[in-house]
Amino acid sequence: MKQLYKVESATKLADRVYEYWIRAPQVAKHARAGQFIILRLHEAGERVPLTISAVRGDTVRVIFMAVGKTTQELATLHAGDSIKDVVGPLGKPSEIENYGTCCIIGGGVGIASTPLIAKELKNAGNHVIGIIGARNADLLILEDEMQEICDEFYITTDDGSKGVHGFAADVLKKLLEERKIDRVWIIGPAIMMKVTSGVTVPYGVKTYVSLNPIMVDGTGMCGSCRVTVGGETKFACVDGPEFDAHQVDFVELMQRQRIYTGQEKVSLERFAEHQCRCGEGGHHHE
Amino acid sequence: MSDRPADVRVHDFREVDTGLSAAEAIAEAERCLQCKKPLCVRGCPVCIDIPAFIREIADGNFPRAARSLKDQNMLPAICGRVCPQEAQCEGVCILGNKETPIRIGALERFVADWERGNGPELPEVAKPTGKRVAVVGSGPAGLTAAAELARAGHAVTIFESLHEAGGVLTYGIPAFRLPKEVVKAEIDQVLALGARLKKNHLAGRSISMDELLDYDAVFLGTGAGLPAFMCIPGENLNGVYSANEFLTRVNLMHADAFPAFDTPVLHGARVAVIGGGNVAMDSARVARRLGAKVSLIYRRGEEEMPARKAEVLHANEEGIEFFTCTNPTRILGEQCCVTGIECVKMSLCGIDASGRRSPEPIEGSEFTLDVDMVIQAIGTSPNPLLVSLIPGLERGRRGNVAVDKNGRTSIPHVYAGGDIATGAATVIEAMGSAKRAAAAINAMLKGE
Repeated sequence: MKQLYKVESATKLADRVYEYWIRAPQVAKHARAGQFIILRLHEAGERVPLTISAVRGDTVRVIFMAVGKTTQELATLHAGDSIKDVVGPLGKPSEIENYGTCCIIGGGVGIASTPLIAKELKNAGNHVIGIIGARNADLLILEDEMQEICDEFYITTDDGSKGVHGFAADVLKKLLEERKIDRVWIIGPAIMMKVTSGVTVPYGVKTYVSLNPIMVDGTGMCGSCRVTVGGETKFACVDGPEFDAHQVDFVELMQRQRIYTGQEKVSLERFAEHQCRCGEGGHHHE
Repeated sequence: MSDRPADVRVHDFREVDTGLSAAEAIAEAERCLQCKKPLCVRGCPVCIDIPAFIREIADGNFPRAARSLKDQNMLPAICGRVCPQEAQCEGVCILGNKETPIRIGALERFVADWERGNGPELPEVAKPTGKRVAVVGSGPAGLTAAAELARAGHAVTIFESLHEAGGVLTYGIPAFRLPKEVVKAEIDQVLALGARLKKNHLAGRSISMDELLDYDAVFLGTGAGLPAFMCIPGENLNGVYSANEFLTRVNLMHADAFPAFDTPVLHGARVAVIGGGNVAMDSARVARRLGAKVSLIYRRGEEEMPARKAEVLHANEEGIEFFTCTNPTRILGEQCCVTGIECVKMSLCGIDASGRRSPEPIEGSEFTLDVDMVIQAIGTSPNPLLVSLIPGLERGRRGNVAVDKNGRTSIPHVYAGGDIATGAATVIEAMGSAKRAAAAINAMLKGE
C-alpha cells in the first residue's frame, strides 16, 4: 500500500521561512499543542522533526526555515506535491491547565509553535501574554495570528526594525517586575531559550522550553535526542520535547546539535550543486 | 559453510554466508535419520515438522518442502538465517551426539530462498470471519501473529510506527547477516494473506487507545526497543551511540551510503563496542565495514557471550579485537568529542541470579583505550510508551507486559507476544510466543 502525504499549500512567509499545510489525517485527528511530526521526503531522505504549528481538518501546518539539505529540498515542493512519510503526532503534549497568567514566547522560526499552545492555554481559561521576537522585522511570522489569540501581545526585534528594540527576554523581565506570571513557555533556538529562561529563575516561575535535539525515529528507540534534565538522561522525543527550562543542560544540548556539522555541510553543498544543474525548483528522484 | 572470505566481505554489506546449492542441500537432507520421535521439532519454538520438510528436500521436491515449512512458519528465509539453531533444533538433533547435527537452519533457508526465486505459493486463507484484529508492531512477533490471524480469516490491520515494516529485522540486523530484500519478500508474503499494513502509525499517538481497543482483538508486538545506557560519565559526548541508533542509521536509513542517502553517521577511526550479544557483534561488524578498527568490550568471558557462536567467529575473522572480562568505567572526551574509554579488568566470581559467573572489578587494573567513537550494546527493555497508555494493563517487574502462557494480558481481548512480553530475546522466540497468542485469539474469536 502506497500512502503519500500531499502538500496542500506551500507559502513563503519570510526570508527562507516557509509555511506548509500537509495532508496527514492520522496526525491531524490527534495532534495537541507541543507535539511534532517526523517527515521523510523520499526513499533516500532522512527523518526530520518539525513542530505541529496548527491543525485544520485533515491537514497539519508546519513552518520551517530552509537551512540544511532536507529543509531546502522541502522548500522546493509545491502545492500538490507529496511527501513520502509523515508520522505523528509525536512527543508529549504541553501541560495545559488553568494556571492564571501565562506568557508564551517564540523566537525566530520557533514562533511557529506558539499559536497552538497559546490557543489551548486561552481555552483553558488563562490570561495569555504573547511575545514574538526575531532578528529583524522581515523575519517575524504569525503576527496577526498571535495578536488575535493573545490577551496581550508584544513584538521585539534585535535591530529595532519593529516593536520593542531588544530581546524577548527584556520584555519578559519587565513583565515579571510588574506583576505575577504563573507559567512561561519559551520556544526558539537553544541559545535563545537558555538566555531567556534565565530571566525567570529569580522569580521562581515554572518555565517550559521545547528542546530541539537531533532525532532519528522520534519514538524512543534510539536515544539520539537524549538530553540531560535535572541531572538525568531523558529522551526528548518521548519524555519531552517540553521540559522544565531551569533543569535543562543547554550547553550539552548545543554541543550535541553540532554532531554532524561537517556531514550536513557536505550534503548541502552536494544538493546546491545538483539544484544548479537541474535549474530552479528541481525535481528529486525516488 | 560457504562464507565469503573475511578480507573481501569487510568492504561491503553483502551477505557473508552464501547458502547451500541444491546438490549440497539434497546431500545434507539425506543425512537426516527421520526419527520417529524427532527431538529437533521439540527444539523449535514454532514447531516446524523438520523431518517432513527435510524428507521433501532429500527427494528433490522443493515446492512441497516449502509448503510444509510455511505451514508452521511464514518467515523461513529469516529464521533459517538468524535463529540460534545450535541452542534449538540443531542443538538437540540426535546426530549431534556422534557426528555433526543436521544443518536444519541452512536447509530451511535453502528451501525459502529456492521458493522466493521460483515464485512463492500462498498458503490457504480461511473464509472471512468478519472479526477485526489490530496488530501493533511489524517485527517478528507482529508479522507472525498477523500471518496466523489473516490465515484464519480475520481482517488484520498492522500498525507500524516506522516508515518500513520488519522491526528489528529491518533496523537492527545488518544486511550482511539478513539481506533486506529477503525481509521485504517475506513481509510481502504476510501481506499477500490479506493483512493490511499501516506504516507511520505510532499506536497511542497516531491511533488513540479507544480506537485501538475497539478492535475485536488486539495483539501487542511492540518489542523491546528502549536502549539501556550504562550511566557512566561521558555518555552524552558526541560520538557515543546506542546500538539501536547506530544500527538504525545504517540499516534503515542507509547512512553507510551518505551522501547519496541523506542520513549521516559518524565514521570512527577507532571504535569501542560495549556488550557481548548479537547486537554487539552486529554493531562491531558494521563499524568495521565503515572503516574502523574495532574493539569489543565485554565484562564476562568469551564463553559467557550471549551472541551466536557463528557471529563471534565471524567478528573474530573480520579483525574485531576482543577485550573480555573488561568493563568501561568512563568515556573520556575533549571539546565534547570522544577521545578514549577507561576500562577496568574484571574477575569472574560466584554464580549470580542469571546462573552465570558474576564479574567483579579488579582494583587498580584500570587502563585506557584510545577511541573516537563508542557504541553501547548492553541490552534493551520494553518501550514504555504504548503500555503506559493502556489503562488497566498489568506490567511485570521490568516494564514488560504481564501475560500467561497463551499471551493473554490482564485485559480480556488484548494479547501480547515477543520482546514486549518476554523482554529482549530472539527472533524465533518472539515468533513462537506470537503464534501461541494468535492461536488463543482465534479460539477467543470463535467463542471457544
